[in-house]
Amino acid sequence: MLRYILHKLALIVPTVFGISLAAFAFVRLLPGDPILAMAGERGVSPERYQELIVRFGYDQPIWMQYLNYIGNVLTGDFGISIATKRPVIGEFSALFPATLELATVAMIIAVLVGIPAGIFAAVKRGSVFDQATMGVALTGYSMPIFWWGLLLIIFFSGYLGWTPVSGRIGLQYFFKPVTGFMLIDSLLSGKSGAFASAVSHLILPSIVLATIPLAVIARQTRSAMLEVLGEDYVRTARAKGLSPRRVIGLHAFRNALIPVVTTIGLQVGTLMAGAILTETIFSWPGIGKWMIDSIGKRDYVAVQSGLLLIALIVMAVNLVVDLLYAVINPRIRVQ
Amino acid sequence: MIRKLTFAAALLAATAMTGMANAKTLVYCSEASPAGFDPSPWSGGNDFDASSRTIYSRLVEFDHGKTTISPGLAESWTVSDDGLEYTFKLKSGVKFQTTDYFTPTRDLNAEDVKFSFERQWKKENPWFEYLPGTGWEYFAGMGFPDLLKEIVVVDPLTVKFVLNKPEVAFLPDLGMDFASIVSKEYADSLEKAGTKELFTQKPIGTGPFQFVDYQVDAVIRYAAWDGYFGGRQKIDDLIFAITPDPAVRAQKLKAGECHIMSYPAPADIAGLQADENLKVDEQEGLNIGYLAYNTTQAPFDKVEVRKALNMAVNKQAIIDAVYQGAGQVAKNPIPPTMWSYNDAIKDDEYNPEEAKKMLDASGVKDLSMKIWAMPVSRPYNPNAQRVAELIQADYAKVGVKAEIVSYEWTEYRERGKAKDRDGAFQLGWTGDNGDPDNFLFLLGCDAIGQSNYAIWCNDEFQKLLLAGKATTDVAERTKIYEEAQAVFKREAPWLTIAHSKVFMPMSKKVSGFAMDPLGIHRFDGVDIAE
Repeated sequence: MLRYILHKLALIVPTVFGISLAAFAFVRLLPGDPILAMAGERGVSPERYQELIVRFGYDQPIWMQYLNYIGNVLTGDFGISIATKRPVIGEFSALFPATLELATVAMIIAVLVGIPAGIFAAVKRGSVFDQATMGVALTGYSMPIFWWGLLLIIFFSGYLGWTPVSGRIGLQYFFKPVTGFMLIDSLLSGKSGAFASAVSHLILPSIVLATIPLAVIARQTRSAMLEVLGEDYVRTARAKGLSPRRVIGLHAFRNALIPVVTTIGLQVGTLMAGAILTETIFSWPGIGKWMIDSIGKRDYVAVQSGLLLIALIVMAVNLVVDLLYAVINPRIRVQ
Repeated sequence: MIRKLTFAAALLAATAMTGMANAKTLVYCSEASPAGFDPSPWSGGNDFDASSRTIYSRLVEFDHGKTTISPGLAESWTVSDDGLEYTFKLKSGVKFQTTDYFTPTRDLNAEDVKFSFERQWKKENPWFEYLPGTGWEYFAGMGFPDLLKEIVVVDPLTVKFVLNKPEVAFLPDLGMDFASIVSKEYADSLEKAGTKELFTQKPIGTGPFQFVDYQVDAVIRYAAWDGYFGGRQKIDDLIFAITPDPAVRAQKLKAGECHIMSYPAPADIAGLQADENLKVDEQEGLNIGYLAYNTTQAPFDKVEVRKALNMAVNKQAIIDAVYQGAGQVAKNPIPPTMWSYNDAIKDDEYNPEEAKKMLDASGVKDLSMKIWAMPVSRPYNPNAQRVAELIQADYAKVGVKAEIVSYEWTEYRERGKAKDRDGAFQLGWTGDNGDPDNFLFLLGCDAIGQSNYAIWCNDEFQKLLLAGKATTDVAERTKIYEEAQAVFKREAPWLTIAHSKVFMPMSKKVSGFAMDPLGIHRFDGVDIAE
């Protein structure tokens, strides 16, 4: 098991370097630069432009800029945002809990709805339920997030008035964040109604963000279950006279879970991508919206460090998934 | 499930009301997060709304909803005969805000004024680079480093600006956001504590509202400043709910989650106007959208060709289709709300037959050219791509073949500046200070390579431009600029397309909000009915 973990960790090092290089190069490949973006329509004189290029160190050879950058990152210095002049790590850590909270709730919804839906669809293969579930899943998978989010806002917030339109909590609740997670902070604030307000603000964005992972998980669960249900040991279990619930729940599901867990791990990346649009629609102050703003401002430092930090988090989650995988499937531990 | 949700909603509404009942709170749905709360390093309208117009004041202030100026922190001023010295007498007893992070020990004085400018100007000032890589772009962009010679503290309440050359727009310039007055005492205390960066995170000014809290990308909270020299505001709390998507802002306004919103999408305006709880104010924008020919390249170096192309375009059709009625055809390079606007000018009439004849007469045959379209929506041009398509179709009718090109936004403007640029370039301008020179300089010889995208340098126009800057007499300047507009029309370096309208939807409970021609959102003097 230890060797397995070390092996996985060793793979992370070159990946991180690769990503840091890709993130560094990507933002510089975009047309325009931070100085032009800052100057806006007013423009900037060529002399002034040159002065600022030198001040930011963008006149140095590109490889030297990269080495400086990576050297600083290794000492824990992710740089200072060009646009807001605040340390990137500070901005990132202030905004990340909002994204994490939203993504976690979305993932819980996706798993709690997606897995049972997939199992039932597999067990009742070919039934109306199966057809309907898979039809809905396909629709969910192909839904443009922006359109879907606005549609829900217009219907539930605008027309029915059930949920708030956007934000994280009602504006009347004002307290200093303790953990950055609004569900926890609203409880800690001790203000009546704050928690209910935080929950009601989470409903629509988490449904929107959960839609695609939910569809993927439901489809994956269904196909994994179908495969397992045809195996000999399931037939044996049935022949032994075990109850259908025991056969499906214990024998089939546990084995079908392996590809499903992998899928869930991979969906973390999808959640991060989905968060960008979801956060923009719902004015959710997380890192997705922050990344978009930073790219728009050609904030090299924020984009390259932000991408690297997101990649580190996704990799950490995948590492956990890999370990979980080993727990579920003892064969992997042995290999 | 439905019952539970309805209950939750009712509970929320009830708690919302009890929470808000004690204080008068105005919620503004703003479009973007401010980069910081120092009014000078940044140049976005959303930065100014959140800092300079709420927290700070200036020596002179633009009148509410107008481009004229009145005394602000300065009670009066005198200008020397040569126009090189401006002496300001400050109001006495102006208090800086007292907050939980700073308690001022003295009132505003001339040192604060000197400091507010020198920190943006003098490289040796310890605050010049207090934020890494600060460019003070607005200060530099308005030419202040070359304009200012010296700032002298005459006595605690008198400050004198000495200029290197006369500048007629100097007073309106001092009403601009970057010229906001900050507290030297606060700066000194932060410098001593080694926490200079707090200057932009926890601001202190003399304005109508004081800063309370900012949750990044989400909510900014202000409270009325009790000691405001202009009198305490009628509202107690001001909240900016940052909501980037215009359709979502409109939904929030309809749902009562905010009382006033910025920049509605043109498609949402009719729906907002139809809502019985809302009103939608509108105003002519202080802007111009144009198509600049490259006047150095054949055949656009010929006036007749430019005139003919102008006559080929049906501008009213563009207003109807793209601006959806929220704009008007532009004939001059300055908007009609600006003083010195020359209404006697006759626009090039839409006449494709005549245009074709003129092109033939000037020997232009089978002309094929490029039309540049901005990739972004701007107040002066909501959809440049669509405008380009309409112009392309109009050109086709007079036998001109046009290809539409576009680039990423910063790249677009950079490429547009090239002296050998191929084709006609769409762009626009929104005024900064309500002075006609702030528009006409776009066509000056000095602006070539920067904001003069027509690459047009006309001696007659240039002389008028300089003459207009050499005198402070408004009547005389009006005459000069009227003449300059006539020269512009005769020479046609641009196709003037449109001046757009700006809309401001708000709850009917809101009163006292004046739309600002400079595009600023000001909340001093605003009230809300309980």
